[in-house]
Amino acid sequence: MNEQILANVMECSVNGRIAPLSGDRSGLLLDFLRNTLHLKGSRFGCGHERCCACMVLIDGQPSYSCTRSLESVVNCRIETIESLGLEHSLVRAFLDEQAGQCGYCLSGILMSAKGLLDRDPSPGRAQIIEALEPHLCRCGAHARIVRAVQRAAKLDGAA
Amino acid sequence: VTGPFPRSLTRNPRLDQWIFFGDDRSVTVMTGKVEIGQGILTALVQMAADELQVSPSRIRIKSGDTGDTPDEMFTAGSQSVEVSGHALRIACADVRESCLQQAATLSECPPALIRITDGSFAGPGVPAGLDYWTCGKAIDWRRHVRADATLRQPGSFHSIGTSLPRLDLPAKLTGAAFIHDLTFDSMVHARVIRKPRPVSRLDTGCLEGLRRQLPLSIELLVMGDFVALCADTEKAVVAAAEKASTAIRWRDPLSRAEQDFDTERLKELDTIDRSTEAAGRAHQRNAVSDVAATYRRPYLAHGSIAPSCAIAHWDGATLSVWSHTQGVFPLRGALAQFLQIELRAIVVHHCQGAGCYGHNGADDVAGDAALIAKCRPGRHIRVQWSRQDELSASPYGAASVVEIRAGVDADGKPTSWDIEIWSPTHNQRPGSRGAPGLLAGEALPEPMSAMPPGDVPDELGGGGSRNSFAIYDLPPQRLTHHLVTGVPLRTSALRGLGAQANVFAIETFIDELAERAGTDPIAYRLHLLSDCRARNVIETVMQMSSWAQRPRGGDGVGYGVAFSRYKNRAAYVAIVATVEVDEDVRVKSIWCAADAGLVVNPDGAINQIEGGIIQALSWTLKEEVRLNSEGQLPATWDDYPILRFSEVPEVNVHLVSTNDVVTLGVGEVAVGPATAALGNAISNALGQRFRELPLSRERIAAALLTNAS
Repeated sequence: MNEQILANVMECSVNGRIAPLSGDRSGLLLDFLRNTLHLKGSRFGCGHERCCACMVLIDGQPSYSCTRSLESVVNCRIETIESLGLEHSLVRAFLDEQAGQCGYCLSGILMSAKGLLDRDPSPGRAQIIEALEPHLCRCGAHARIVRAVQRAAKLDGAA
Repeated sequence: VTGPFPRSLTRNPRLDQWIFFGDDRSVTVMTGKVEIGQGILTALVQMAADELQVSPSRIRIKSGDTGDTPDEMFTAGSQSVEVSGHALRIACADVRESCLQQAATLSECPPALIRITDGSFAGPGVPAGLDYWTCGKAIDWRRHVRADATLRQPGSFHSIGTSLPRLDLPAKLTGAAFIHDLTFDSMVHARVIRKPRPVSRLDTGCLEGLRRQLPLSIELLVMGDFVALCADTEKAVVAAAEKASTAIRWRDPLSRAEQDFDTERLKELDTIDRSTEAAGRAHQRNAVSDVAATYRRPYLAHGSIAPSCAIAHWDGATLSVWSHTQGVFPLRGALAQFLQIELRAIVVHHCQGAGCYGHNGADDVAGDAALIAKCRPGRHIRVQWSRQDELSASPYGAASVVEIRAGVDADGKPTSWDIEIWSPTHNQRPGSRGAPGLLAGEALPEPMSAMPPGDVPDELGGGGSRNSFAIYDLPPQRLTHHLVTGVPLRTSALRGLGAQANVFAIETFIDELAERAGTDPIAYRLHLLSDCRARNVIETVMQMSSWAQRPRGGDGVGYGVAFSRYKNRAAYVAIVATVEVDEDVRVKSIWCAADAGLVVNPDGAINQIEGGIIQALSWTLKEEVRLNSEGQLPATWDDYPILRFSEVPEVNVHLVSTNDVVTLGVGEVAVGPATAALGNAISNALGQRFRELPLSRERIAAALLTNAS
């Protein structure tokens, strides 16, 4: 009985809104975001932390959502691509640079970039590449993506 | 109309198959081509906008739907702008002229004096309110598109030639945008357990044990060797599929051998041979020596960043399928044959997937979903492949061995030229050669007939033989093409098809001939080139890269150049690569000059060329299909690494201006020259030739060691 009460109060915050975790304790964060909260912007790519299509921010840290258990994100603050929107400097910069081809890898990349810019508002090219190194892009949009993150940092700096 | 009447209009002749006007002053245009990450929909909107003289924002585009778009076969071969765009322009020009004629009749103002501003008509005596939406009502939309409609000329374009931002990108940067994100009420989530090889048979003895392991809510569907699991939630079906993949046993289990993947094996297997010759000028001088070299490319994985996905629904009368296929109509045909349903009972809707560079798993997963849907009427069946399925069950890019033999005269110029190619098929797309070609078909109790051997015919650009004839001024070129059968992998179209291996071979061989002749590699090429557009891109890239000031090479820093005209009829591309080689190859910079004719969206074209270059660098430096440590085909990205951010060089692409009014495709044009330029740069850096892809650290070290001993 006590366990059940405890289960019912388990929650995390997703993009600033409280999300109860009760029914889904055994699940994975990506499945919860996509299929329970219907936030489809975080993407399944490989399921074992090798491509970063599923990247979200957990308490500000870029994190794989494909392997992350719901139990491990209780009381955590989760941010997904849906928290940005068209006016966000990163989204604007990616549109300005037309940094993408198919776009499947982009939501993960934007979340890692956000994590980086939140920590370091004016990173150098080397820091950007380091932050994006675990991400895979098959279309070959890498050079534009790096330029877009540099542009976003400038947009933020000018604001 | 410039050029021949496009075949898209012959197949889909009616005006209403291409365009209609909406009551809200919108224009809807339709295309059979689909967005696969290349920006095609944006470019087509620009072409329609200029032909109609309306703002691009007024235009909506419908694409890839067997219900209401034209049948334009596959979105492939860098032909969408060239073929679909041309067809769409002719249809729009016809509508523009017909509406102007109608306005002239109503106003007695000659059509030539009527101005069009964002779809509204004005001119002497033209009453206010005449526009496409009023005059369009008088058009017989069911009549055929006229072949004699006059296209507007480049000087009058407003949108063509400008970099309109991609229309599809905002959605992809903010949330749901892909087929993976599509949901229906009471959708069933399904997974398929793939048999490891076509010859494997299900050991049915394992099924009882598996059923006991699965929760009651999981449905197990078995038809012959086709094993599927269905559940109401994705989470449940993923867990069940994990259990099933270990519990299911196959007779004739994995028995692939590592040497099956050696390109040398291609010469030992059965082949279908043909010889052909390209005209050339007979060389007047005698050969003083013979030169021969052999080049190799391994099998490549498509490596889509997303797993293939499809949704299907069968209501007892109609099969509806949502797919990221490259060809909704060919897929419909393949499904009709596979499931023995009438063609008109099937509707295929295109939905965007991750980047597609050829024949990937999209059609196969649609076959999986349709087969399950047929067994479970009334529910939407969603099938998504695993990462392992994606890397191991999707078709692979074909390996090639290419031998070139030439006689050379005293000046080092070719006096004779022979090219010989061994490669399995580059096309097993659904519907090819009369077979459905869907993976689920080979698992059924009565397996579908196998696809007969064959390759892309030369008139469609060739498969293994693509770009096998160089466009240099050479003596007659003799081609022997061995279509290899019985290879251990399912091979099909991957970006550029045979062009990557053939351009790598030709452009490395030309470099070797230049070296033997003691001539600068660019000067040597220019001596052999009378095609002005070819010379122009080479001379441009020479300037971009400050070629004349480059270091001599041989001490770990190298420059390499390469050139080709894709399919000898699409865009011209010249590339210079520079590398530093010590323990690893570091690509420092890439310069590329391209002549793509009339460019609709310059930034879009540059983006495609950049992407082609970077993907080719990944193939060239890292990629090769091999068995993993468990003796299986690649199952994870660890088994099949691709290029990462830190390995991507500066890429500078320049589109040379041209007066040409014909658009030449760009999607696949860079892979051959990028590969060869990189190879030539590495050879230049190390003072030794490398003729076998990938040019990986291991292979370069081995070659250096062999040479030293």
